[in-house]
Amino acid sequence: MRLTPYVWLDALIHAVIVLFVVITTFAYSMLFERKIMGWMQMRPGPNRVGPWGMLQPAADAVKMIFKEDLTPDTADPLIYRLAPFISLICAMGTFAIIPFSGDADGTPWSVGNVNAGILFVFALTSIGVYGISLAGWASGSKFPLLGAVRSTAQMISYELSMSMSVIGVLILTGSTAFGAIVGAQSRVWFIVPQIVGFVIYVITAVAETNRAPFDLVEAETELVGGFHTEYSGLRFGLFFIAEYLNMITVSCLAALLFLGGWNGPFGLPSFGLLGLVWFIIKAGAFLFFYIWLRSTLPRIRYDRLMDFGWKVLFPVATLNLVVTAVIVAVWPTHA
Amino acid sequence: MRKNLFNVGAIARGFSTTFSYLFKKRPTIEYPSVKKQHAPRFHGLHELRRYADGKERCIGCELCAIACPANAITVMGAENAPGDRRSPGERYAASYEIDELRCIFCGLCEEACPTDAIVLTPRFEMADYRRGAFVYAKDRLLVPPEAGVGTAPDERPNGIPADLGGVYRTKDTIDITVGYEATNRGKILREQRRGLAG
Repeated sequence: MRLTPYVWLDALIHAVIVLFVVITTFAYSMLFERKIMGWMQMRPGPNRVGPWGMLQPAADAVKMIFKEDLTPDTADPLIYRLAPFISLICAMGTFAIIPFSGDADGTPWSVGNVNAGILFVFALTSIGVYGISLAGWASGSKFPLLGAVRSTAQMISYELSMSMSVIGVLILTGSTAFGAIVGAQSRVWFIVPQIVGFVIYVITAVAETNRAPFDLVEAETELVGGFHTEYSGLRFGLFFIAEYLNMITVSCLAALLFLGGWNGPFGLPSFGLLGLVWFIIKAGAFLFFYIWLRSTLPRIRYDRLMDFGWKVLFPVATLNLVVTAVIVAVWPTHA
Repeated sequence: MRKNLFNVGAIARGFSTTFSYLFKKRPTIEYPSVKKQHAPRFHGLHELRRYADGKERCIGCELCAIACPANAITVMGAENAPGDRRSPGERYAASYEIDELRCIFCGLCEEACPTDAIVLTPRFEMADYRRGAFVYAKDRLLVPPEAGVGTAPDERPNGIPADLGGVYRTKDTIDITVGYEATNRGKILREQRRGLAG
């Protein structure tokens, strides 16, 4: 593809649309989380700002913007200020290639159609860990440092199992492009042959995004606020956005890799806008599961988290990978 | 190994519990717009009642002030002038102040009163920013003549009207604007302090 001005403009328009949609999704996923958590705890949730609390995200944004932006004396000023942007840019960058639907011929609807799609997403989310680690390190304070150290250890352990669980899908597809992965699921979704991989993916995805019950990075009962203890105002808001965007990213990935992407159930038509609806339902269900999980399970103890990651998830993920590889090698037609 | 970590049944039960709570009726009362129905004998803000002919029930005997365990009531009695009788008795309350910040809303004043003059109403919205505003004097305690005689707790209907949550806002008294020290209660406390010092 030649990089004519038209191509640039086209990409720019797509990027702006996707950015707008993603930020809106973030804002309302936050509201829905508070609502659903509230209902599960027999509270009404936010309902003061606008009908049904619909303007709560706007009120929160205004609050974040007008709060004082503090930098501790002991902080490393440059890295301290840079860290939230690393988190946010990495969280947003994944949406450059995540497809939300596809044309009838299988061309994905995404800003950029990269043939190494899934690798690109994992690369970005891995770099995102630096945001948290650097934030904790540069804050110059004890609790954030502990949070950052935990986050580094936790992310490294769980990312390994997560990649292992995804490789099973890649073996079945024979490609890392999202269009091909979704196309390969037109008959049967990968949740069926890769159920073990799916379960591992779900568990590791929660750990990867630092959400309850694996939110040891912030662990407010022991670490005040973890890595973002010292952050305030809009810089805290950036971490907040990054966390939710990561949540949406892994939900989209779950839908794309295991739940058939924009393929409809029971062979229903699955491209264009209808495909978009299927995709939103699947990713939304996963987001709901996230919230449901948070209001159900208590935080897991740190040593158990590491035990579970290395002694259970990692061996099972490896076994799943080996079995999948052997089956595909012996009966290539099943792929 | 870690038995409880693999107790899938318990985890599933937890998930079903939280999911079922999604559809339960929420007990929240959306307070400023919806007010709770208090019991008729709810112990809230005080009220000084009148007789049907408009005379004040209070005879300035100060039994309420003596009964008060929180020392919140300050009564200053005076003789009824022959031409201008304020109460049927010999004396009346020239000044009657209750410091609602000290009050523990126990209702002992109500029980001590020989004429059923002081009663506790279900009104409870007394919040204010000024300390002096919590010293309720007769201008806010006494039932306004146009509002009837006030109701004894025994005579109250079962359902208290919601507007009874609020307090009489007759006028912003000088006591509030000048502050706590200007009330009789404040003066007495000041004198007591001076006596202790000297």
